[in-house]
Amino acid sequence: MMNDPKNTAPAAGPQMLGGKFSLTWHLLPWVLAIIFYFTAEGYLSLGTQAIIWVLFTMSLDLALGYAGIVTLGHAALFGFGAYCAGIFSIHVTGDPLTGLLVATVLTAALGFVTGILILHTTGVTFLMLTLAILSMLFEFANSAKWLTGGDDGLQGMSIDPLLGVFEFDFFGHTAYLYSLAILFIWFVIAWQIVHSPFGKSVDGIRQSPKRMRAIGTPVWWRLVAIYTISSAMAGSAGGLLAHSTQFVGLSALSLFTSGIVAVMLILGGTKRIYGAFIGAVIYVFVQDYTAKLNPHLWEFIIGGLLIAVVLFLEGGLISLVDKARDGLARLVGKGERS
Amino acid sequence: MSDPILSVRGLSKNFGALAVAQSIDLDLKPGDRVGLIGPNGAGKTTFVNLLTGVVKPDEGQILLKGQPIQSIRPELRVRRGLARTHQINTLLVESSARDNIAVAIAERSGYAWRMLNYKKQWRECLDEAQSMLADMGIAAIGDTEVRHLPYGEQRLLEIAIAMALKPQVLLLDEPGAGVPSTEAHVIHDALDRLPAEIAILLIEHDMDLVFKFAKEIVVLVQGAVLTQGHPDEIAADPEVRAVYLGRSRD
Repeated sequence: MMNDPKNTAPAAGPQMLGGKFSLTWHLLPWVLAIIFYFTAEGYLSLGTQAIIWVLFTMSLDLALGYAGIVTLGHAALFGFGAYCAGIFSIHVTGDPLTGLLVATVLTAALGFVTGILILHTTGVTFLMLTLAILSMLFEFANSAKWLTGGDDGLQGMSIDPLLGVFEFDFFGHTAYLYSLAILFIWFVIAWQIVHSPFGKSVDGIRQSPKRMRAIGTPVWWRLVAIYTISSAMAGSAGGLLAHSTQFVGLSALSLFTSGIVAVMLILGGTKRIYGAFIGAVIYVFVQDYTAKLNPHLWEFIIGGLLIAVVLFLEGGLISLVDKARDGLARLVGKGERS
Repeated sequence: MSDPILSVRGLSKNFGALAVAQSIDLDLKPGDRVGLIGPNGAGKTTFVNLLTGVVKPDEGQILLKGQPIQSIRPELRVRRGLARTHQINTLLVESSARDNIAVAIAERSGYAWRMLNYKKQWRECLDEAQSMLADMGIAAIGDTEVRHLPYGEQRLLEIAIAMALKPQVLLLDEPGAGVPSTEAHVIHDALDRLPAEIAILLIEHDMDLVFKFAKEIVVLVQGAVLTQGHPDEIAADPEVRAVYLGRSRD
């Protein structure tokens, strides 16, 4: 039987950053990142790598998690951004912010153009096209030694001090805070986007393109738009990699890199911005810790984690955080989901 | 007599050797309530797909408010005032009922591209969506994820979404499909409450629903119009009876 029709006043809309309890959870990852900065002196380079992977994973979440664009070629955008930032620093200027902006804009342009070409297709065809673009870029970077250094990698980069003041030091203090600041900016943008009418429509396309066409949505253009934004974010992550390590290798453009970022996203949880934080951080630190014990153990551990998550935690590891938060919220009596 | 808001002239479509639409003519004027009936495979849903642009016609013309629309993309037809419901639900099952309508309102209002500074506009969309749910008599389901709704309420939601687009022509593709007969009156009541000025084409297998709702009925057989007229004439037409019940052996 149908429910009794009952007219009620509109309920409150989605909460953004409002509410003390919610704000606490929003602050948590950033506070932890700052605490890490002050307490993990010898691990800042590793922390920087984790931040870069978080940003890269978040970019995949926009495309795959929210828009349902299943791609194997996300490393193409990451690597392209990294090479852009690196080559720009060698041939134009070593200013990191200018280099990052250039890498971001050029990668967005690459995402826009490739998106226009391939987002007409779906399923396996689309998957193969993303793979083809990745392979083409990889081979180009491998062949154009004069520009990219080929399989020796891009060397000779020189990055100026950040804002003309903060040198990129050996211990990675500047790189860490620089990457964290860029991640924060992208996080705010991504959070706004996924909760916006645009984000809702993109999520609608993931659920039912047929429905969205029936309400007048230009499905293809909207997918191109979110793919372009996702590309810009991935390019930014690549740019940060180039600046923080002052080296870009062909591995940035490899299928393996695409695989790693997908594993991070699935581990953390798709369609949840914070899923990228959890998946990428756990992956990077588990890899680092277990690789010291045995060079191949980390693959075994990550593989086991992935199987466990896929089988038992549909929403990824972030669903454990949800449960913890809901439990705490019940105790406090005023919880809400971010 | 007002001019037709939707005119179809000589609309034809073949899938290989199979003719699914054969030179169909149809006029809908504002306020019309037309039922489109026919046996399974008659081409009713294909006809709706041709009108909405999901399927491209081989020949013929579709005029909406006097303008040809057969060459324009489906989403542009929607913006010009042509909305539809689907025979099989295509709702956003992971979203709330209210969000399902709100995204349609955002699309209609031009807010759907907004990524920043959208709270006020999205609030307006949600408020209007809630008001539409109330109009359909299902205000209480606003927060419920669609996958948890009973099928009958999903069908009502389909109609509410189409209405959120403020269409001038509404194509209802079997709105009662899958709804238990005990709840069919809810769909019928909802159809009765639709604004009088909208032109509606109803495709339905439930003859009770069609004959209560439609002021005129078109019978489609093998992609061609067999006959059309007042429901009483159609009910008495021996050709229509033969199509549905078969011919007697005499």
